[in-house]
Amino acid sequence: MELDFEVVSLPDSDHPSEGETAPDFTRPLVNDEYWEDASLSAVTAEGPTLLIFHPMDGAFPTTYIWNEIDDRGFAEDVQVVGVSISSPYEHKGLLKERAEGVRLFSDPAADLATAYGIENPLDGMTGVTEHRPAAFLLDESRTVHYAWAAAEWPAFPEYDEIEAAIDELV
Amino acid sequence: MSESDSQITLYRLQACPFCERVVRVLDDLDLSYQSRFVEPMHADRDVVKRVSGKRSVPAIVDENTGVKMSESANIVEYLTKTYGEGGAA
Repeated sequence: MELDFEVVSLPDSDHPSEGETAPDFTRPLVNDEYWEDASLSAVTAEGPTLLIFHPMDGAFPTTYIWNEIDDRGFAEDVQVVGVSISSPYEHKGLLKERAEGVRLFSDPAADLATAYGIENPLDGMTGVTEHRPAAFLLDESRTVHYAWAAAEWPAFPEYDEIEAAIDELV
Repeated sequence: MSESDSQITLYRLQACPFCERVVRVLDDLDLSYQSRFVEPMHADRDVVKRVSGKRSVPAIVDENTGVKMSESANIVEYLTKTYGEGGAA
């Protein structure tokens, strides 16, 4: 998208990079039928995992991100899990509409945004911090094989890069 | 998808008093359990029906004994008899 003005730049991000181990965490993990506490390490133990941080459910970037991931069929090749500040109820609604085969962690306090160095305090929504759009491709031991975090707001994952990284890993 | 070692899975609805009643008994008996939260809409609870035969919550699945049941009074009675003082397990 070409715009005749500068989009908002975000401060430098200190997210985990390739070769590092992604921080483990436990949060309610929502599937299309229920949610329960689950750790990232329990998910990655099942196989290579694409971890997507996204804005709150309902925001247009969230819709675009999941539509694109659906179109590309990433969930057919690796496990795909998302994280946002939205509640499990909102995640259930999202999963009814899109994000086929995906499970979503609920992180309302955005603690994981801090753990991953991708906080995005929202202008005009006082007290609300969410996660910058970010993507991490992890292997079974949570080693990062691909990492991307938004440097501008808004920004969208580099889907071609993710696809190439998935092809290399699996 | 759970890393829990718990042998007991509790299907529950947030703020459901019958579910909280079961939680209290599980805690009193010092039993570990994994909570799975389901939807307020009865019709959307197919997972509960698959495990217990009914869509009502609470429902538990106890891998120790193979027991699957719903109705909080029944569950409380089962837990107390099985894991309480002088219980079977």
